[in-house]
Amino acid sequence: MNQPVNQTDIQHGILEQQRSEDRKKLMVNGVLLLLLLAAPFVMYPVFLMKILCFALFAVAFNLLFGFTGLLSFGHAAFLATGGYTTGYLLTNYSGLTTEMGIIAGTLVATLLGLAFALLSIRRQGIYFAMVTLALAQLVFFFFVQSKFTGGEDGMHGIPRGELLGVINLDDNLNMYYFVLAVFIGCYLLVQRIVSSPYGQVLKSIKQNEARAVSLGYNVDRYKILAFVISAALAGLAGSMKSVVFQLASLNDAHWHMSGEVILMTLVGGMGTLLGPVVGATFVVNVEYQLSQGPLRDWVDPILGGIFVLTVLAFRSGIVGEVQKFVKKNLG
Amino acid sequence: MTEPYVLETRNLVKEFKGFVAVNDVNLKIQKGHIHALIGPNGAGKTTVFNLLTKFLIPTRGQILYKGQDITPLKSAAIARKGMVRSFQISAVFPHMTALENIRVALQTFEGNSFSFWKSGNTLHKLNARCMELLDAVGLAEFANTTTVELAYGRKRALELATTLAMEPEILLLDEPTQGMGSEDVDRVVELVQKAAKGRTVLMVEHNLSVVSKLCDRITVLAQGAVLTEGDYATVSADPQVREVYMGSEGSGERGASEHQESAEAAP
Repeated sequence: MNQPVNQTDIQHGILEQQRSEDRKKLMVNGVLLLLLLAAPFVMYPVFLMKILCFALFAVAFNLLFGFTGLLSFGHAAFLATGGYTTGYLLTNYSGLTTEMGIIAGTLVATLLGLAFALLSIRRQGIYFAMVTLALAQLVFFFFVQSKFTGGEDGMHGIPRGELLGVINLDDNLNMYYFVLAVFIGCYLLVQRIVSSPYGQVLKSIKQNEARAVSLGYNVDRYKILAFVISAALAGLAGSMKSVVFQLASLNDAHWHMSGEVILMTLVGGMGTLLGPVVGATFVVNVEYQLSQGPLRDWVDPILGGIFVLTVLAFRSGIVGEVQKFVKKNLG
Repeated sequence: MTEPYVLETRNLVKEFKGFVAVNDVNLKIQKGHIHALIGPNGAGKTTVFNLLTKFLIPTRGQILYKGQDITPLKSAAIARKGMVRSFQISAVFPHMTALENIRVALQTFEGNSFSFWKSGNTLHKLNARCMELLDAVGLAEFANTTTVELAYGRKRALELATTLAMEPEILLLDEPTQGMGSEDVDRVVELVQKAAKGRTVLMVEHNLSVVSKLCDRITVLAQGAVLTEGDYATVSADPQVREVYMGSEGSGERGASEHQESAEAAP
């Protein structure tokens, strides 16, 4: 029995497997990147930007839901706060460059996220969802009542301005590549977070919280950090969206939006990196296609049906099911 | 200042809405001992465990660890001080590999657990230590197996290895042999014996043959209070103990573990 040799062999095997997984990930990411770079020449850039903004929103939500196990029902608050803050600043302070407005919107959403987290993190399961919903409703009513948001009418004519004071964002292609760059940066950040030492702790908390506590982890702090990062990225998505559409509306703050991001994440595949991106693409497309045709009044019931179908029959979502299929049939 | 007792409780009380689950319990766990906590179902053994590790907050009383009052500390802080518990239901991280299970425990002391910007590859330096720990419980070949696929006995072995990764000074084991076949029980006895070298162990155990083989000292709980305390011979000769605990169980082999009440389940 040459145990030591055996042990190193196993370790090498593990490292080798990790490397091959990393290579696969790199390949998938590379192909997607090429597609996204070429996309605006085939499709309408504003529509693509809508998809990217919602994809970022869903990626942010999934960090909390899919990787930490916390179901927030109040993420619309961060999307809207990012959007309104950026919109307000860019409209009223013409000296601000676009990216400064976006950064400010993200920061305000981050702070709001911290407040939400501190108030809700000790609750579990459905109670956590309810507290986040209640807080998001407070934020909604604040936006309804405030003058600067334009209430029911929303905030119109937000100037896109110039990136770094140089690149004109009124050009849709410029705007698209800016949104794409931000999206890719955030996606890679989340990918990094999930595989980081911190990500390992999140995983363990999600799988067995009591055990994580007994191993010396102060789980509330880890959850708060995950919540704040998630809120920050959701706020960033909202800020970008308001610049893209030059519009911030109450829709983004409505609880409906908090539900929609859950739908996107579940349909795409929670707890996978690509799932929310695929889910957002799918939902935005379905909504658009239906609204063009004779079924335009049926968008919500049809999405509801898709939701029910996913939960009943395709638990792991589109990406999850594809991964299962590949694993089963290709090795 | 030499403190002979690693762990001590003073008049520990836990009340649940008028029901006293733990009543005035004074425990003294001597350094280096394997100390068993036994008693019939509902005696409050698991509740005591939960109080010691602060998964429950004591209503009254004090907990001293190495002479220091740790009553106000939180669970996670107690674990980091070197008092680490296992659970009645096997507590593992099901969708992580066996190696990752252990690595998460080792990570507690690395100071990088909030580093969300660092590559996961920085954890690979812990792999060698993980393999040693896995090897010690005979799980080296399962290092890369997802835990949910391991057999029950192996999960419990993994749990023990994970607990040992914390280098605890005192190990709190909640029914380590519960639900096991006799072969696995022998393995666990062996593992606990190995693990107890240089450490103190407090265990809840129903299987009296395990208790007689392993334990230096035994505390018998009944209805939330300490009935008696002593070594196996003393305790098993005590007529009171025979009455409440062993009376109907004959030799006591396997004990009442199969009829474990859910009321005592881990949190």
